Amino acid sequence: MPELIAKTALAGKKLVVSGTVLAEVDHGMVSSIAPYPGQEDVVGNALKPLGFGFPAVNSFAMNGVAMIAWAGREQAFLVGADCPDLSGLAAVTDQSGGWVSLSLQGPLAVQALARYVPMDLRLVAFPVGMAARTPLYHMSMVLLRVAEDGFRLMLFRSMARTAWHEIEVALKTLAARAA
Amino acid sequence: MRIPCPLCGTRDRREFYYYGSEDYLKRPSDQGMVEDLDNHLFLRDNPAGVMRDVWYHEAGCGAWMVVTRNTISHEVLGSELVAKQKEA
Repeated sequence: MPELIAKTALAGKKLVVSGTVLAEVDHGMVSSIAPYPGQEDVVGNALKPLGFGFPAVNSFAMNGVAMIAWAGREQAFLVGADCPDLSGLAAVTDQSGGWVSLSLQGPLAVQALARYVPMDLRLVAFPVGMAARTPLYHMSMVLLRVAEDGFRLMLFRSMARTAWHEIEVALKTLAARAA
Repeated sequence: MRIPCPLCGTRDRREFYYYGSEDYLKRPSDQGMVEDLDNHLFLRDNPAGVMRDVWYHEAGCGAWMVVTRNTISHEVLGSELVAKQKEA
């Protein structure tokens, strides 16, 4: 077998605008886990060695580089870790190459996202530790609040450059307006 | 307009796709009268008042839900997962 080199969608791109950092995150392995009916608890137990269970609706959990995020009805994404054997318990698919992960952190993060995301991003409505499926502009997204001013975004890889462009425009516009 | 998703909470209408009346969930038996199937597909009530529709949280969690709303006041009264109905 030839050795193939896995490349991320944006080659580790990074942008700093007025102290707000937009950067691509190399998420490693991404597995979609969709438990069969009634198997959610059993799947949760099988995930326990990784340091977390199956996530509750609208939540995510991290343990080192590994993360589990709610990604829809009865579905979660296991990120940054190999998926344990869940045969007979859940439908598992490898999504590693299908998504791009971005981190957006800094004072402009909330305002920049507010331009594209049709949900309430204030801390009271979307606190740290919460996950949401919501669009960024017209693009399907998994949005995680990792800090008061920090988000992790997962978007379709095919739209990575569009997503980057939109967020870059928002950040630069906000910075120019403040200047 | 905002729609309450049973999973995600209240979200903007643009995240949702409208499918149609709740009648679409009540498919008649294949052994029944052809008129029943015709009614199921084409005949709809047009009530002034409370109405139940099927919506899909397309740009969100991907759940199908039945949303109850009032066509007079435009009030959205609630929603439930179609999957929950199927279990019951």
